[in-house]
Amino acid sequence: MSFQIIEQSPKYDVCIVGSGAGGGMAAKILADKGFKIALVEAGPNFDPANPQQRTQLRWPWESPRRGAGTMRPFGDFDMAYGGWELDGEPYTRAQGTEFDWFRSRMLGGRTNHWGRISLRFGPLDFKRKDFDGKGDNWPIGYDDVKPYYDKVDKLIGVFGTRENIPNEPDGYFLPPPKPRLHELYFQKGTSKIGIPMIPSRLSILTKRVNKKRAACFYCNQCSRSCSVYGDFSSSSVLVNPAMETGKVDLYTNAMVREVITDGEGNATGVHYINKEDLKDYRIKAKVVILAASACSSARILLNSKSSVHPNGLANSSNVVGKYLHDSTGSSRMAFMPSLMDRKRYNEDGVGGMHLYTPWWLNDDKSLGFSRGYHIEYWGGMGMPAYGFGFNMENLNGMVPGIDGETKKAGGYGVELMKDVKRFYGSLVGMAGRGESIPQEENRCEIDKEKVDKFGIPVLKFHYKWTEEEVKQAAHMQDTFEEIISNMGGMALGEKPGKDSSYGLENPGRIIHEVGTTRMGSDPKKSVLNKYNQAHDVPNLFVMDGGSFVSQADKNPTWTILALAWRASDYLADEMKKGNI
Amino acid sequence: MDRRESLRTLLIGGAGTSLLLSCRLDEDTDVSKLTDIKEREFDYGRTPAEEARDEALLEQDFYTDEEMKTIIVLSDIIMPGDGSKPASEAGVPEFIEFITKDIPSHQTPMRGGLRWLKNESYKRYEKDFVDLSKEQQIAIIEDIAYPEDVKPEFTQGAQFFSRMRNLVTTGYFTSKEGVEYLGYMGNKPNVWDGVPADVLQKHGMKYDEKILSRSIKPEERNDIEDWEGYEI
Repeated sequence: MSFQIIEQSPKYDVCIVGSGAGGGMAAKILADKGFKIALVEAGPNFDPANPQQRTQLRWPWESPRRGAGTMRPFGDFDMAYGGWELDGEPYTRAQGTEFDWFRSRMLGGRTNHWGRISLRFGPLDFKRKDFDGKGDNWPIGYDDVKPYYDKVDKLIGVFGTRENIPNEPDGYFLPPPKPRLHELYFQKGTSKIGIPMIPSRLSILTKRVNKKRAACFYCNQCSRSCSVYGDFSSSSVLVNPAMETGKVDLYTNAMVREVITDGEGNATGVHYINKEDLKDYRIKAKVVILAASACSSARILLNSKSSVHPNGLANSSNVVGKYLHDSTGSSRMAFMPSLMDRKRYNEDGVGGMHLYTPWWLNDDKSLGFSRGYHIEYWGGMGMPAYGFGFNMENLNGMVPGIDGETKKAGGYGVELMKDVKRFYGSLVGMAGRGESIPQEENRCEIDKEKVDKFGIPVLKFHYKWTEEEVKQAAHMQDTFEEIISNMGGMALGEKPGKDSSYGLENPGRIIHEVGTTRMGSDPKKSVLNKYNQAHDVPNLFVMDGGSFVSQADKNPTWTILALAWRASDYLADEMKKGNI
Repeated sequence: MDRRESLRTLLIGGAGTSLLLSCRLDEDTDVSKLTDIKEREFDYGRTPAEEARDEALLEQDFYTDEEMKTIIVLSDIIMPGDGSKPASEAGVPEFIEFITKDIPSHQTPMRGGLRWLKNESYKRYEKDFVDLSKEQQIAIIEDIAYPEDVKPEFTQGAQFFSRMRNLVTTGYFTSKEGVEYLGYMGNKPNVWDGVPADVLQKHGMKYDEKILSRSIKPEERNDIEDWEGYEI
């Protein structure tokens, strides 16, 4: 068998690896500026409007498993091709540590299914070390990023309200939707105990921002990716217009193995495996941008070894892969007797909550942990899917029936059918999403033994939560119970205790993993400079969440987008000046 | 005969059986091409790998015909219809057959549970569960349908019944008939303009002025936002 790497003939100005938030934004900005771009995506092409791929507005019975999560972890209709496990693409974990790695392989990546929670980091979030002495400051502050947050808001669209809350910066907000009934109950409960609840900030178009994207039609299915582009996903909102410039060649099903460098150690392009013909290809470009997701980009760098970069590319600091961190998460469910026997109406609303709780205790130094969390809420008369109606025996013995008699839990027949109807819409829940403190030891590295089915060495993860995160989860659980009792609800299940770290999810479960190629001013302690440019390799950039010094309790997407735009502007200037 | 067809046979009974079989047993006529031309039963935006797995599962049988008959009877005991179709006519047995193959952790508890039920039926009445009178069937079900109130000798049966209740309930309420019965009103393009006034009133809630003034007005939803004069 001969081994040959096939050279793609055009030489590009820029080769971008990954088409999610960071890669999509870089493609859009740089294509608009006239650069010739190769956009390389490890998954297939994807368009939510393509009837062969569409899941929006489908009914549960259209799936033989009624939407169960066997094939896609968030259910059949969720629009992320991939999950925590991919066939033929394993990863490993160091003994005694936990990390679950969610990968989505498709144009637009995970932006097709994400929660659209679009929060700006606040001034504090960039400088937490100044405030609590832990972790590290970012080399940039809110004022550096603010102009780009503004631009992202206007380009993409996000609803919300101007609240003037310190560290929860306001933006260019479209008007929010009115709260649902259960959200009003939540608000009643939280207001009694001084916890704020404000309109969510979601990148969903309650009004239009341009003529190409329609307004939201309130089907609640943003996780299925919107066929009229009424919400943000990178493929629909950034890659599509970038392609229309004619400046972008899209390579799909192209699994990048490494960045190729010349004798001086500069990037000259990428080497990928075409998943369809399984042949090796090379794309040449003046600049390489990695935006394959924090861990995938770190993996590509670590696998790009050469005599000039024996430690992996851009890794003279030995920091690539380190400081991996995810948001914390813990949750609780409740039953609301006052929400039984509800009048039926369509309360789908937007895909996600209409109200949420931003972190409210920045000034409280007595908590025993340093960093905050926000609270997300759910409930309502949603569309049934697999799992709907499970465990009725835990509910229908809790309250008197219509005849006033409390019956035995469980049962069958017409009575059971009526019970399912009565309880519909009376279950609610909440989840905390918190900031963790990045640790150097929490990391991914190249596994010394294993390769994936393409022969690419795989990642090995080392990750342990610290007491900080566990205490934060305990606080979440106490808060949840307080909210539930103040809104007239009954908490369901046992309260998660110390033995389960207060319900704290495994790292990786919240899918906000960032930090593996952190930015900083000191090349000995960071991988990237403050413009997402590799200290060691000036024509190499990383524009995904890898650049984060710390992930606030805010979801990372809006900051990835703003930083990718900022870095793309810088890159274009440097190229014009001849510095790259 | 694949599972989909054999299920149909079990559901429609004698006459249907002979019709389906006669068609398949006619060896002189190659009808396989004809029967292969069928619209895909499930067409919901799958990737090729997902579609292949669905197809493979649909072609396999997990339950024996005897087990399937019991599942059909149990389905209708659990969800007999309430001015709506019973579970057996709402696709519940087909769903249970599929999900058992799809989620293997259901397999042993379901197979074993059905066997438990059969054994219990023979112990009490010397007949299989499906051959018992309605009253006899219900007598057994009553002993296993209330997990908090179950005699020690029936705890395993109660476990099985709880799983069965879960699957039948979820199968029913995710069927077209079940969604209609439930009264779910969404999954269609619409305009959300808040909780209906009578519902707000009933729950003692109201939208305050701040919410009302800031929320999206339905008539403005198709306008392109103009940031003139907007300050942050």
